[in-house]
Amino acid sequence: MPSFGLGHVEFLLIAALWTLALSAIAFLGGGVLGFLIALARVSDSKLLRGLAGAYVQIVQGTPLLILLFLIYFGLAIVGFDQLPALIAAGAGLVIYSSGFLGEIWRGCIESVPKTQWEAAECLAMTRWQRMTRVILPQALRIATAPTVGFLVQIIKNTSLASVVGFVELSQAGKLINNSTFEPFRVFITVAIIYFIICYPLSAWSRGLERRLNVGRR
Amino acid sequence: MTYQFDFSSLLPYWQEFAQGVWLTLQLSAISTVLGFVGGALCAIARADGPPWLQRIVGAYVEVIRNTPLLVQIFIVYFGIAVMGIRIDANVAAVLALVVNVIAYTCEIMRAGLESVHKAQVEAADCLGLSKAQTYWHVVLRPAIERVYPALVSQYVLLMLASSITSQISAEELTAVANRIQSDTFRSFETYIVVGLLYLALSFVVRAAFWAFGMLVFTRRRKLGTPL
Amino acid sequence: MSAVVKLSNVHKSFGSLQVLNGVSFDVNRGEVVAIIGQSGSGKSTALRCINALETIEQGSIEVCGHQIHSPALDKRALRLDVGIVFQSYNLFPHLTAEQNVMLAPTCVRKLGKKEARDLAQDCLARVGLAEKAGHYPEQLSGGQQQRVAIARSLAMQPKVMLFDEVTSALDPQLTGEVLKVMEDLAKGGMTMILVTHEMGFARKVASNVIYMRNGKVWETLPGHELNNPQTAELREFIGHDL
Repeated sequence: MPSFGLGHVEFLLIAALWTLALSAIAFLGGGVLGFLIALARVSDSKLLRGLAGAYVQIVQGTPLLILLFLIYFGLAIVGFDQLPALIAAGAGLVIYSSGFLGEIWRGCIESVPKTQWEAAECLAMTRWQRMTRVILPQALRIATAPTVGFLVQIIKNTSLASVVGFVELSQAGKLINNSTFEPFRVFITVAIIYFIICYPLSAWSRGLERRLNVGRR
Repeated sequence: MTYQFDFSSLLPYWQEFAQGVWLTLQLSAISTVLGFVGGALCAIARADGPPWLQRIVGAYVEVIRNTPLLVQIFIVYFGIAVMGIRIDANVAAVLALVVNVIAYTCEIMRAGLESVHKAQVEAADCLGLSKAQTYWHVVLRPAIERVYPALVSQYVLLMLASSITSQISAEELTAVANRIQSDTFRSFETYIVVGLLYLALSFVVRAAFWAFGMLVFTRRRKLGTPL
Repeated sequence: MSAVVKLSNVHKSFGSLQVLNGVSFDVNRGEVVAIIGQSGSGKSTALRCINALETIEQGSIEVCGHQIHSPALDKRALRLDVGIVFQSYNLFPHLTAEQNVMLAPTCVRKLGKKEARDLAQDCLARVGLAEKAGHYPEQLSGGQQQRVAIARSLAMQPKVMLFDEVTSALDPQLTGEVLKVMEDLAKGGMTMILVTHEMGFARKVASNVIYMRNGKVWETLPGHELNNPQTAELREFIGHDL
């Protein structure tokens, strides 16, 4: 049996790049979709609010694992059974991220005091102007810390992409473990790589939050 | 192309689905209770323990929160196996989930403890309550009350995340689904059913927590303040 | 008559700020002592030192036989003898008025539920709030909350009660009801030390008034002579207030 060595670490590091790529796709795609969800959640239209609310409920009430299975098999049904695993994994993570980011950002938008809306309205600004010129810039400041915090969740959750056959960091670890059967060494190395990626982001998020709280006092 | 949905071939499996739901509920309930107790103790240790303990708990929380649950599950399951101990996959699953959720509970409870004003502790101290009595009667309940919504969200997430333990073939709803879909070749339908079951579970769990909160936090109930 | 509370030459500083600079006074059984003075004169700190909420750097404090300055002090035993009421009430928000009063008797004095409830009823009645037993703090006015806090302290049947500016956070209308309760306590023979801004109350109820200034006892005089201060500083201080 081959034992866990430098070659394996190199394999893990390359897989870690795929983890990062998948995270980037999930974050950017989920961000765009999530932003639309957040806007829909605070819109004037009752229908839009209801639909977006239901979307969030469904995404947040279903395990990511099941979401990934559904997309994987769903894509196969509509005839895309030759697609690279990255597509199915990416689509699943985009939907997952959009549900959570949408809800986080809705909270941030709503935490801007109502008086700001009224003040902007009294200046005869349109709804669009009020949103883009007054509310969103303030919401953005509040949103940064939880958004960075959620990015950590995304990175960790890309580990589930392995179920649709995508070889990222966790799956690479599992493959190595299957041949070496040195689970402690392999998975602790994997965990360390995740930690190195995630910890700075967590610390940054916490720092942002602290600064925001100080600013508010 | 048109796809013929066929949910009827899943009907014979309803008992297995129900069994899966029951297993997932058990798995989540045990992990939630143990995770809450452990997390609360960790939060107290982190706020009030000796410096070395504070550092250990702090490091533990950071490590768990910055690595994926799946990797933690692998370390627990394969790690225990390689040490020559035969362990049931479900026991390993509970162990990994508890280790994981303790860290998150600790972080939430820490915020709760911090929200209880120092003057409250001082008042209890002046009435002659011991440190343990002060925590029990004066600090913990308002702290839990304050962070209860965050705890509930965390434990709903835990219930959903328990699906990941299917990766070490622990017996729960997702594992049941994996088996049924390979029996029936009705993968998409199977996961739709399971997705709906999880959705229902998350509503039920939320409702149960809400009812429990109403029962426990008498002040909220009497004054009608929302939980 | 022996002193129940005895401070001698107490020093205390926060960082470089000297708050108590050699404070000495005695309080005898059944006396009501009012400590007055500008904010920053150290009067609240002196009170907190008596209950071992602050540690002192020099001097000695003896309260009901407990040596407060001693490292061997049994704080819990001390707190069975000394009750304190705070400016900000500090009621436990998740407990009803009655539960607030019952907590320490059941936890510390190990009374049974029934006994503790009777005691709580009794104490709440003494502060005129028997009918509010089932209310939570946030359902009560500031004055009522403060009276519950007094009842909570009373339930421990302390030998000495400390009052730290207990009416400062209250509207004038609510101040009266709290002072009335304190006056009744004084008439009942309770040994009391209070830090207060209520000159009228001090004059009427206090056996002795201590005027603190710059971390020292500047002047001590009987309450009924508060109108005839000996030092110019106290005269000026009272002049501001009366």
